[in-house]
Amino acid sequence: MTIYNIYIFDRMGTLLYHTNWNRLKQSGMSSEEEAKLMYGMLFSIKSFVSKISPLDPKRGFLCYKTSKYALHYYESLTGVKFILNTDVTVKNVRDLLHQLYKEIYVEYVVKNTECEMGQPIESELFKFKLDQFIKQHMKSLQ
Amino acid sequence: MGIYGVYIVSKSGGLIFNYDYTVPKIETEQTFGYPLDLKLSCENNRLLVSFGQRDNIKVGHVLLAINGVPVSGRKLEDGKDAIDMLNDATNYPLNLKFGRPKMTINEKIFLASMFYPLFAIASQLSPEPRSSGIETLEADTFKLQCFQTLTGVKFMVIADPTHVGLEQLLKENL
Repeated sequence: MTIYNIYIFDRMGTLLYHTNWNRLKQSGMSSEEEAKLMYGMLFSIKSFVSKISPLDPKRGFLCYKTSKYALHYYESLTGVKFILNTDVTVKNVRDLLHQLYKEIYVEYVVKNTECEMGQPIESELFKFKLDQFIKQHMKSLQ
Repeated sequence: MGIYGVYIVSKSGGLIFNYDYTVPKIETEQTFGYPLDLKLSCENNRLLVSFGQRDNIKVGHVLLAINGVPVSGRKLEDGKDAIDMLNDATNYPLNLKFGRPKMTINEKIFLASMFYPLFAIASQLSPEPRSSGIETLEADTFKLQCFQTLTGVKFMVIADPTHVGLEQLLKENL
């Protein structure tokens, strides 16, 4: 499995963290603009999903797939949004994202007094642990 | 398993055709005492629950009937104003029916044209070169399969999330 990149947004839409692993194509804009476009798209998808859904949605939007990649979405109850782009063959990414939230985000950001809420994550420890977590999963799922 | 509906959208994003196959009915009827523990608001000429989600009544549901008399817009069928009736303590206990609102044709046109930019941005934000737009979109309550023909017309099917073979259905049968 290939993981291309991850975006973490807080509930106000601020980009907390973004990193690429095996990205083959750049979108041709600054990372700030790309984040805004991504958040805007997700915001619209969420409203689209809640309106077009035939039943009352609980968690709402989960993922979408194109011919080349799949975007997986996980939102915690506090409104922190995790977006993981992978190749189309990957399954059970929701569990992976939940684990990432529980074991990496909560442990190294929420419990870290150096990290301010609503500010981009600067912690080197978080970056290292996230990188380790993703690389370990890329290997184990191959 | 089941298909909820089909949408066909033209190259420019307009809805050409729509067919609702099965529309599940979500309705709850309950007897309420005064004061009403739900907050209702009037939007698009419908009375929506805006706060106070309880039991099976969710935020976003509309008021369908009072004491079995259907509500259309803000008025009951016999011409009484629904809000006045709900605010008057002497009318209670009241039997109210709430349900998930049915999509109007206007909302369908609105949603169909909303899919067009999502499709385009998904392809633009791709980490791999030459990606298509959204092919399947999954949520907890449904799955949307989209197929774009070479001429740019989009065929979309909304189905149960467990439904399989939607891609073949679109490519071979439509």
